[in-house]
Amino acid sequence: MSTLAPAVSYESDTGVTNAKLGIWLFLASEVMLFATLFTSYLVLRMGALSWPRGWEVLNVPLAMCNTFILITSSVTIVMAYAAVVERDKPKFKKFMLVTIGLSFGFLILKGIEYRAHFMHNEFPSTSIFNAIYFTTTGLHGLHVIGGIIVNSALLYLSDSQWDHPLFVGRVEGAGLYWHFVDIVWIFLFPALYLL
Amino acid sequence: MTKTAQHSTHDGHGHHHLSFTEKYMFSLDHKTIGLQYLITSWIFLLIGFSFMMVMRWQLAYPGAPVPVIGRLLSASLAPNGVISGEFYNSLGAMHGTIMVFLGIVPLAVGAFGNYVVPLQIGAPDMAFPRLNMMSYWLYLPGGLLMLASFILPGGPAQSGWTSYPPLSIVNPGQTVWLLAMVVIITSSLLGAINFLVTILNMRAPGMTFNRLPIFVWAQLVTSVLLLLAFPPLEAASVLQLMDRLAGTSFYLPQNIVVYGMLHKASGGGQPLLWQHLFWFLAHPEVYVLVLPPMGIVSEIIANNTRKPLHGYTTLVGSMVFLGVMSFIVWAHHMFISGMSATLTNFFLITTMIISVPSVAILTCLIFSLKGGSIRYNVPMLFALAFLPMFGIGGLTGLPLGLTATDIYLHDTYYVIGHFHYVVVTGSIIALMAGVYHWFPKWYGRKMNDTLGLIHFWGTLICMNGIFFPMFILGMAGHNRRYWDPTAHLHNLPTQPLHVVSSIFAWLLFIAQLPFIWNFFYSMWKGEKSEENPWQATTLEWACPSPPPHGNFTKPPRVYRGPYEYSLPGKKTDWLAQDVAEVPA
Repeated sequence: MSTLAPAVSYESDTGVTNAKLGIWLFLASEVMLFATLFTSYLVLRMGALSWPRGWEVLNVPLAMCNTFILITSSVTIVMAYAAVVERDKPKFKKFMLVTIGLSFGFLILKGIEYRAHFMHNEFPSTSIFNAIYFTTTGLHGLHVIGGIIVNSALLYLSDSQWDHPLFVGRVEGAGLYWHFVDIVWIFLFPALYLL
Repeated sequence: MTKTAQHSTHDGHGHHHLSFTEKYMFSLDHKTIGLQYLITSWIFLLIGFSFMMVMRWQLAYPGAPVPVIGRLLSASLAPNGVISGEFYNSLGAMHGTIMVFLGIVPLAVGAFGNYVVPLQIGAPDMAFPRLNMMSYWLYLPGGLLMLASFILPGGPAQSGWTSYPPLSIVNPGQTVWLLAMVVIITSSLLGAINFLVTILNMRAPGMTFNRLPIFVWAQLVTSVLLLLAFPPLEAASVLQLMDRLAGTSFYLPQNIVVYGMLHKASGGGQPLLWQHLFWFLAHPEVYVLVLPPMGIVSEIIANNTRKPLHGYTTLVGSMVFLGVMSFIVWAHHMFISGMSATLTNFFLITTMIISVPSVAILTCLIFSLKGGSIRYNVPMLFALAFLPMFGIGGLTGLPLGLTATDIYLHDTYYVIGHFHYVVVTGSIIALMAGVYHWFPKWYGRKMNDTLGLIHFWGTLICMNGIFFPMFILGMAGHNRRYWDPTAHLHNLPTQPLHVVSSIFAWLLFIAQLPFIWNFFYSMWKGEKSEENPWQATTLEWACPSPPPHGNFTKPPRVYRGPYEYSLPGKKTDWLAQDVAEVPA
């Protein structure tokens, strides 16, 4: 990634690599993005004449399942990262594959949920609750897809780039991002389903 | 692609041959990308300006056919050569959007930031060169998409650069605006991350934070603002996009009537939500427009007064304070939108507080002039013009921040006058100063001084001629966004001021011709310039002009603060940051 010759030294006060700092800053902007959506949710809910209870209109057991899936995938991606640090390629591949599999599992369950809504003629346009539900979970779903793409790319590149000095950092960055996606869901789940 | 980044490449373009596309189109070099941004954003500024020149005809002579251009436009846009109300709205919306998001921000951050920041901190390139290239290649298609809305079905957006719902949701054309905005915002976000990492992690040895040039500080604060303020607009745009495409009602209340028909939507949304989210971005955005120009002016003033800046710490502190405060003043744009008096008071107070650091910055810069032996060269003239002009812009903002006066002045030409004094006679004047100042570094040649002087005086006089009448118009009660001012009797007495304003707008265009000629002529035929023509102290002048790939011929090391001018008892009146010993 870097085009810089190693001979150049810098006055660095952060003590982290460029890539890691970049990922943290990117996540800061993502926090602002989702914070805006949560704020909009609060404002709309407070201004609404009536607001359905999440558990009455949404499938809580399915979402609960999804919560566990995402938390598990956060653990497995850490294991994958640990495997890179330990230089254990088969272990890395195994855990990365499990992470990707769990992400697909999340999307499939989410798809089943969406399908049930559409079957009951519930669309984003039906009510303001549906609007915020579909928009926030949809945007979160896009982030999950982004994570799948990044993680699959790392899995694919692990053969050719295993010894690349920046590979560890890339896996760590992907892990940070994946944790963020997980945390967003941890906030979305109670806000939409349980309150 | 460019693995041979570093040292001892005097020929200017690295050790190995790069193809034309690698060198000029998909370059990874921060300098080439900076110049790409420079040219592109000036073109967008010119496009946005040309929209305004057409609008000014309608404002000066309502109902008269626009000469030449009127005949070229289709009958639906301009029946009989008179621009229609809808087209006028489109031009207004696109003028604001293009000038702010495609003109000044990319120019101040993408062009000047990209080119100058790595040089000033002694870095060979930005932290993420590929990301840097991607920022540009998102910005350009985003901008072209925005322009393409003129030929796409539905036409361009018509609801102003602020896109207030419900108007923006029921108007045609808004979808392309939103999509383009999402692309442009993403480009800005990538750029902001890149700048922050570069400034935090890639400073040359010895370049501590209290030795950073003010311009770098300005870019640092600007990047934080871009990073944290743009995502809310991105989210807000997504919600508006949903309202338009998926039929949701985030910004639509129940039972809204559009064109005499009940609008089919579930309702339950709040139009005010958009205003809050939009201004939560757009107020920090104002400081994105203003901070880098302030940085440019600081550099030029220190260099041409030949003395250290007055109050380096105050300047830095004020900029950081401005950045923080800019996140909690947004609702002063909404005093008449419907807010509780308590909330109004809060935003009134924060607005008054935020004017303090701006005044502190201006005061520091004015004090810097005191006792200096000032060189009145072209960049310095522009920088000096910035001070009073930005002052007028800032001070006329105070009545808008006070609720009592704002209720009268809100949505009048006074607001337009105020904003343009800040951004045109402020930011753009400073950006022009930056072009004259850094041109020798970019192309190794100087710009012509005589043409520069003509450009300077023409620009300064015309800009004031355009915007000063607007204060009077606004105080006389003239609403903004009117297609035909003469439709209201109370506007008739001030109508001649519109004519004055319009004539100066067209003259301003003529005043830019010497600048354009000067820029391109000097690029190839200008007088050759040495490495450091201004005898400046900061690091960008320590490398060849134009700097080669990797920038510095030897890795720089920094020994002192950025503005060591006129040290007593020395032979020269300046001491560069990378000079180790004090020459006797």
